[in-house]
Amino acid sequence: MPVLSLDGITKRFGSLIANDSISLSLAKGEVLALLGENGAGKTTLMNILFGHYVADEGVVEVDGKPLIKGSTEASIAAGIGMVHQHFTLAGNLTVLDNVILGTESLWSWKQDLSKARKKLADMSAQFGLEVNPDAMVGELSVGERQRVEILKALYRDARILILDEPTAVLTPQETTSLFETLKQLTGNGLAVIFISHKLHEILAVSDRVAVLRRGAIVGEVETAKADRNLLAEMMVGEEVSRPKLTAHKTGAPVLEISKVNAAGEDGVQLLRDVSLSVSAHEIVGIAGVAGNGQRALADILSGLARPVSGTVRLLGEPLPFGNPSQIVHRGAGRIPEDRHAHGVVGEMTLWENLVSEDLRQPAVSKWGVVIDKTHAVKRAEEAIEHYDIRCEGPFQQTKLLSGGNMQKLILARALAREPSFILANQPVRGLDEGAIAFVQTQLLEARKRGAGIILISEDLDELLSLSDRIAVFFHGNLSETFPSGSKTVPEIGLMMAGQSSEPAGERANAV
Amino acid sequence: MGDLFDILMTAGFWAATIRIVSPLIFGTLGELICERAGVLNLGIEGIMTAGAMAGWMWVYQGGDLWTGVMFAAFIGASFGLLHASFTVYLGVSQHVTGIGITLFASSLSYFVYRMLLPSATTPPKIEPFQSVAIPFLVDIPVIGPALFNQSPLTYLALLSVPVVWYVLYRTPIGLAVRMAGENPMAVEAQGIDVLAVRTGAVMAGSALMAVGGAFITMSWFDAFYFGMINGRGWICVALVIFASWRPQKALLGALLFAGLEAMQVRAQQKAGAVIPYQFFLMLPYVLSIVAMVVMARRARYPQALLVPFRRGERH
Repeated sequence: MPVLSLDGITKRFGSLIANDSISLSLAKGEVLALLGENGAGKTTLMNILFGHYVADEGVVEVDGKPLIKGSTEASIAAGIGMVHQHFTLAGNLTVLDNVILGTESLWSWKQDLSKARKKLADMSAQFGLEVNPDAMVGELSVGERQRVEILKALYRDARILILDEPTAVLTPQETTSLFETLKQLTGNGLAVIFISHKLHEILAVSDRVAVLRRGAIVGEVETAKADRNLLAEMMVGEEVSRPKLTAHKTGAPVLEISKVNAAGEDGVQLLRDVSLSVSAHEIVGIAGVAGNGQRALADILSGLARPVSGTVRLLGEPLPFGNPSQIVHRGAGRIPEDRHAHGVVGEMTLWENLVSEDLRQPAVSKWGVVIDKTHAVKRAEEAIEHYDIRCEGPFQQTKLLSGGNMQKLILARALAREPSFILANQPVRGLDEGAIAFVQTQLLEARKRGAGIILISEDLDELLSLSDRIAVFFHGNLSETFPSGSKTVPEIGLMMAGQSSEPAGERANAV
Repeated sequence: MGDLFDILMTAGFWAATIRIVSPLIFGTLGELICERAGVLNLGIEGIMTAGAMAGWMWVYQGGDLWTGVMFAAFIGASFGLLHASFTVYLGVSQHVTGIGITLFASSLSYFVYRMLLPSATTPPKIEPFQSVAIPFLVDIPVIGPALFNQSPLTYLALLSVPVVWYVLYRTPIGLAVRMAGENPMAVEAQGIDVLAVRTGAVMAGSALMAVGGAFITMSWFDAFYFGMINGRGWICVALVIFASWRPQKALLGALLFAGLEAMQVRAQQKAGAVIPYQFFLMLPYVLSIVAMVVMARRARYPQALLVPFRRGERH
C-alpha cells in the first residue's frame, strides 16, 4: 500500500487552474521527483498536501486514511513534513526554538528544553545533519538553515518529506551533501517528494519522475529509463535548445573596474579591492553564492550605490557614480536582479515602463518636459512586436505580465540604445525554458554586435555555457578571471565556498 | 549639583518615581506583547483612557476595587479584539486602525462618563487603593518607604515584569507569540493558527494597557478627568523601542522616564526662579528622545512587525 496517494486534486485561483485533476502515489523509501517549469503547479500541489491551501476537488490519503483538508496541523500529525523553498524560520530565534515550536501543548506552563536539546542532538548525529542548537538561525549559512528545516520535519516524526526546490540556494558541495542525507533517510524508510526543474539533479536523486505542465501531469517515468532530453521534452512540451556561445575576437575594453571597495549601511565591508575588465564582444560571468558581493557590485554599476574607494571607467570615462540616468546615457544597459522591485513599476502601463529611461530625451518628450505620448506608444508597439512580448497591448498594466514577458520588456528597454556595456544580473532566474532561450539569445546577439557584458548568475551551467571568462565572488573578494571551461563545476564550487580550487601540492602531482 | 543630590535623597522623590512608573510598566508590557506578535497597537492611548474610565466607574457604581481592575482589563481586551479583527483578520493598516481605536475608545469613554454622570460639575471621587506597607522592608532608609509602602497595583506592575518575561521566553505559547512576530509562515508551517496567536496576544496586551489606565484613576488619583492619560500611551510605544522589545529593559526604560518626570517637578520648585518651568516640563521628553536614539539604533525589530498574514494566499 502506498504511504501517500493523491486522487483527482484540482485547485483554481480565480480563472487560473493551478492543478488540474492530479493523481499521484508514493511508496515507502521512495524518492519521487516532481518536475515542471515555473508556474506548472508543483508548489501549489505541495501546499495542498501540507494544508496551506484547500483543494477545490480531490482527495489526499495517507496510509489509506483521508487527510483533513486545509490544516497544516493535520498534515503534520499524519506524518508529512515540508521544507519550503523560502525557509519558514525566524532568524532572530535559536535553532532549538525554531525546531520545538508547535511540538508542545501551547497551554503548558513550562518547556522541557533539555529533553528537546538531547532529542535534536541525537537526530543530528544519526542523520549527519550537524547544527548547533543554540545558534541564532540568522547567523547560519543557507545550507545550515536547510538542515534546520529538515530537522524540523524529522523532529515531528515525518514519514513523508516534501522538498521544494531545495537546491536553488545551495553550492554544488552542499547539494551533494543534501543528496547523501536523502539517501540515508530513504534507507530508513522515509518517502520523499523532490521538487525541481533542474534535470541533472532529478536524474541523480530520484527513483521516479512525474512531470507537470500547466497544472496537469503529462507523464510519469522510472528515472532509470529516463534521460535529460526525454525529461526536457516532457517538461516543455516541445524540443527546446539553449543557445551556445560561438568564438569571437574581443575588442577594446568597455568597462574597467579597479580596486573598488564598498560598505553597507551598517559598515560591513561588501566589496574588497574588486578589479575586473570587460571588453567588447565579451561576456564575463560572475559566479558565487548569493550575498557575497554580487549585489553591491551591481548596485554600483547601475547607479544605485557609490563605492567607498576605487574607480570604474565606462568607455574610458569615469562612471558617474550614483547617477543612473547618466550611466544609462553614457552607454550602459541594465537588467536588474529583481524584476518587480527594480525593473518595472508594476502599477504603470507597458509603454510608460518602456520609455522610463528616456523621459528627458527628445525622442520621447518635447523640450524634455512634455511626454510625446503618441510617439512613445508607437515605440512601445514596436518593442512589443520585436521582442515578442505577449500582452494585450501597450496600455496593459505591467504587473499582469508573466515573468518571461516582463523580462522581455526590460530587455527591450535596456537594449534599445544599443549599449556598449550590459549588466545582466540573474537575467533568467525564474523564467521557463522558452523565455530563457530568448533572453540568452538576445544577450549573445548583443555580444556579437560589440557589447561587453557582465553576467551575474548563481547557475553554473548558465555561466559555463554563456561566458567567455568567469570570476567568482566570495566574501566580497572577486577572484581573477579564468577562461570558461578551464575549471570543472566542483572546482568552481570550491571557490564559491571560499577555498582555493588549486591546493598547490595535489594539483601539481595530479598533472 | 547639591540640589540634585538633595532631591535624590528624599523618600518623596523615590515614592513619586515608583508611582509614576506603574502605569508605564503596564502600558509598555502590553504594547510589547502586541508588537512581539507582530501587531503595532496604537490604540494604547485610547485603551488606557477606557481602562481608566471603566475601572473608576465600576467602583463609583458600587463595585469592588479588584473586580474594577478586572472589568478594566476586560474592556481593554475587548478593544484589543476589535483592533485584531481589523489588523489580524482583515489585514488592514495597523497604524490607521490603531489611531482609529484611540480616537474611538477615548471619545466613547468621555461619552459614557457624561451619560452616566450628566450633572457632575466637580469630578466625583471614589475610595482608591490604599498603600500597603511590607513589614521590615519599609524601614530601610529612603528607598524603604518608597518601594515598600505602595499600592497593591504597583506591586502587581512590578511583578508582571518577570511574569511577562517568563511567559514570553519560557513557555510554548510565548515562543509561538515571538515566532508570529518574526515569521508567521513558520508558525503556520508548524501547525499553529497564526491569527489566533496574534489575536490572543493583542487582547492580552490591551488588557494590560487598560489596567495601566485604571491605576491612574483607582490608585494614583481618585477621580476621572478628561485628558488624564495625557500622552502616557505614546510614551509606552516609544519605551518598547527603547527596550528593544525586552520586558526587563522595558522596566529600566520606564523607571528612567518616571525618575526624570519626578525629578523635574522637584527641580521646578528649587530652580523655578531662575529657569522657566517649561524647561523642566520638557526635560523628560528631551532626554527620552536622546536615550531612544542611542538605544534604538541597535534594536532588533521583530521581523514581521506590521506585516499582515493571510492564509492560503499565493505568495
